[in-house]
Amino acid sequence: MQKVYTKIESIVGNVITVRADGIRNGDLALVGDSYANVIKLDRDMVSLQVFAGAQGVSTNDPVRFLGRPMQVSFSEHLLGRIFNGAGVPRDNGPALKDNMIDIGGPSFNPAKRIVPKKMIRTGIPMIDLFNTLVESQKLPIFSVSGEPYNQLLARIALQAEVDVIVLGGMGLKYDDYLSFKDTLEKGGAMSHTVMFIHTAADPTVESTLVPDMSLAVAEQFALEGKKVLVLLTDMTSYCDAQKELAITMEQVPSNRGYPGDLYSMLASRYEKAVAIEGAGSITILGVTTMPGDDVTHPVPDNTGYITEGQFYLKNGHIEPFGSLSRLKQNVNGKTRDDHRALMDGMIKLYAQYKESLEKKSMGFTMSAWDDKLLKYGEMFESKLMDLSVNIPLEAALDLGWEILADCFEPNETGLKTSLIKERWPKTLDD
Amino acid sequence: METVTGHVTGINSNLANVSFEGAVRKNEVGYILVDDKRLKGEVIRITNGVASMQIYEMSNGIKIGDPVEFTGELMSVDLGPGILTQIYDGLQNPLPELAEKCGFFLQRGVYLDAIPNKDWEFTPVAKVGDSVSAGDTIGTVPEGIFTHRIMVPFTLKGSDWTVKSIKEKGSYNVRSTICVIANGAGEEKELSMVITQPVKQPISCYEERLKPDEPLIMKLRCVDAFLPVAKGGTFCVPGPFGAGKTVLQHMEAKNGEADIVIIAACGERAGEVVEVLTEFPELDDPRTGRSLMERTVIICNTSSMPVAAREASCYTAVTIAEYYRQMGLNVLLLADSTSRWAQAMREMSGRLEEIPGEEAFPAYLESTIASFYERAGKVRLKDGSIGSVTIGGTVSPAGGNFEEPVTQATLKVVGAFHGLSRERSDARKYPAIDPMESWSKYPGIIDMDLVEKARGILRRSIEINQMMKVIGEEGTTAEDYITYQKGELLDAVYLQQNSFDPIDAACLPERQRIEFDVLYEALMLKYDLEDKDEIRSFFNQLRQEFLDWHGTVFETPEFEAQKNKITDFFKSKALA
Repeated sequence: MQKVYTKIESIVGNVITVRADGIRNGDLALVGDSYANVIKLDRDMVSLQVFAGAQGVSTNDPVRFLGRPMQVSFSEHLLGRIFNGAGVPRDNGPALKDNMIDIGGPSFNPAKRIVPKKMIRTGIPMIDLFNTLVESQKLPIFSVSGEPYNQLLARIALQAEVDVIVLGGMGLKYDDYLSFKDTLEKGGAMSHTVMFIHTAADPTVESTLVPDMSLAVAEQFALEGKKVLVLLTDMTSYCDAQKELAITMEQVPSNRGYPGDLYSMLASRYEKAVAIEGAGSITILGVTTMPGDDVTHPVPDNTGYITEGQFYLKNGHIEPFGSLSRLKQNVNGKTRDDHRALMDGMIKLYAQYKESLEKKSMGFTMSAWDDKLLKYGEMFESKLMDLSVNIPLEAALDLGWEILADCFEPNETGLKTSLIKERWPKTLDD
Repeated sequence: METVTGHVTGINSNLANVSFEGAVRKNEVGYILVDDKRLKGEVIRITNGVASMQIYEMSNGIKIGDPVEFTGELMSVDLGPGILTQIYDGLQNPLPELAEKCGFFLQRGVYLDAIPNKDWEFTPVAKVGDSVSAGDTIGTVPEGIFTHRIMVPFTLKGSDWTVKSIKEKGSYNVRSTICVIANGAGEEKELSMVITQPVKQPISCYEERLKPDEPLIMKLRCVDAFLPVAKGGTFCVPGPFGAGKTVLQHMEAKNGEADIVIIAACGERAGEVVEVLTEFPELDDPRTGRSLMERTVIICNTSSMPVAAREASCYTAVTIAEYYRQMGLNVLLLADSTSRWAQAMREMSGRLEEIPGEEAFPAYLESTIASFYERAGKVRLKDGSIGSVTIGGTVSPAGGNFEEPVTQATLKVVGAFHGLSRERSDARKYPAIDPMESWSKYPGIIDMDLVEKARGILRRSIEINQMMKVIGEEGTTAEDYITYQKGELLDAVYLQQNSFDPIDAACLPERQRIEFDVLYEALMLKYDLEDKDEIRSFFNQLRQEFLDWHGTVFETPEFEAQKNKITDFFKSKALA
């Protein structure tokens, strides 16, 4: 039944064109030994992108259409396994062929979503206290290259209480891949982890499949009632791969060469994060490296509009400014009554500290108030912002009050009088 | 009429080329038959006898030669009683019903009736022999708290139509014939409670458009007093991500004093729609005491749903808004975000290989945005009643840069500009509307002269702050330092509002006036303070008192007591 075509008309970049009939948009094919999928049809001209790259493809290589879209096997056997972007095992285990599911499936009905209400504890005060991570949230870590973003990702993965971890690596350095593997193995998390890894040495096209593979698998686990955490690193590599492809296809670029549908492309992936009524959930934590520390670069910019906040990783810590968890309001009202007020109050003061610091660096005389702020800022940075701090939320809140009491008079904090009466660690004068 | 058919000759993502026989209209709807599914699409271009269709669904699995059926109808929505409380996707598919039918995921090619199939208590208004034209009321049904007018279709052409028969008062199915009209040429039309309206044709069955001069209260201090919005006006909210656009819009959807609120979630996060869905039914509309949901319609085409339908969703929303305006109601349409809508246009334009304009947006971007916002307006209807459509659109400028094409095209056509700033949101100053850059051309609830004076203090305060960064606090005079602190006070206790505080979240106009008066007095006084630390601690204290005042319930003894406490406090330090 499978027809074999042996006349490839054109090979441009990783895209080949062949004349064929009755082919469906999105179908999978075999070009020689490597997989390819249909991305464009024009009368009998079929364009395919070759996952393993078109390098070495000959015009008389056989093209077999498989009559089905790209799929991935789904079962419990996935756990503990490592695959590449095309779903081929990277470890020495057997290839999985049962229960094949389509990747890039339809989007979730918004009417069936539920409001996420559960906090994910990470033990990092800058997250737990100031920008709480919530189950089913989609959140990227915006980072300059060179920051320890993968370590942070691995640490959150180990500390978060989830049932399944799916790691999607795109353009990973081989060492990073190995250290992820080591960390998860040592932390005892490998048994409930699935990895889809595309390293920087692998063909570019494969990296465009990684998010879809990871999320298709995650979706199935979630439907079975599992709490799934999906880690995607690095989404900028993914976008660059899409850019490469779009340019090959002669699409009109919109901004810095990226295709016009970059937003939709990212959104349809990130929007897979969901809390399902009566079943599990998918939380997505991604990494978006910012070329040149530029947040207005199209990738972080579009990502920011899609995701529910972002963590800025800069100078080895999560920046209080710019970092945001949009869903924190859903959970931080129920943790402790002082959580919200303290969170806002401390950040406002930290913003003032930054101003004082600027004044100081310009050589102005420091007022008594400036000195207080400087003391506060230093304490804040060393006791709360440092990434090595690992304390539960409640301890972080108490620590916050102590820092405030060490540095300020109650009415200087901008906090409500009633709250100060209840929580101020030192005895009040009146 | 014979159906025109064709077949697919090319497919590139969500754009299909179709060769056809017979006549095809531009913008008409067609269906591509894939397996057992019918995928909706719209003809957006015809070149050399080939129609290009944008497909409103995922295009996987379409193959060359798949049959296409054209409908001859333009992209339309159904209008009738039962729209309120609904949650539609961009093509007016009711999402909860879809979920019942298809489960968790949005299956493509499933189209359900937009207007719920139920009976309504109909009261005729027109009588046999009455002459009628497009947009005339023939009867009414009660829809929740509103009297829903059943009208002659807005697309009816000609003026010599008369009522031939009309049903008596009673309960009828929404789709049953309730009225028959005939014209001089002997043509007859059967009318039901449901009418069909092409989404890209504005409904213009009114006497005249009026000037938007009445404020639309949002219960947000910085909007109502400083940057007002008018009934029938337009406003836009551009801002970088994370500056609080959506929270601001939800506040407006909750507290805006409109009869009906339509939320068009266009290409944004699904989670935000879910918040509205779960929160609104629980909340009461303070004006009617009924659930907020009863005045709300949600058009939800979130970012992961097909792009072409995203473009349609804004039009679907504004058509429904215009429909309710025809009933003499004030409608507030909140579109989040118009940038996504513009990007959807850009994607299609790219696939059509049109010559790109700035940032690859199509050349017709500006005119399309302008004609969308122009569909807002306050109108006097034929029966003398007044209705309005107010449009507020968020804009998500790339990189937070307001110089980009969508923001600029929007600013040209709106009456108020609420620009959000990253600095303010980083400093947790919400709503993060920049009080200096933003503007409004509409009258507000407080005397504009006083507002201008207050704004003057704020402007001066910002200047002094800039200066202090250069010359330092010690180089600033006590007078300047007091002005600086006054500006900070105005910002902290009036412009900022805590949307998560149950009391502060909604500030009634009466309360706003009282608070403004007290604050205004405090701002205009001169103070007997010299030392900077003394000044700072005085203003810190004053700010604290104001914040505690925000926490008291309006028109209670505590409210009055706190008001007096504040006044006494600042007067005690004032120069005689």
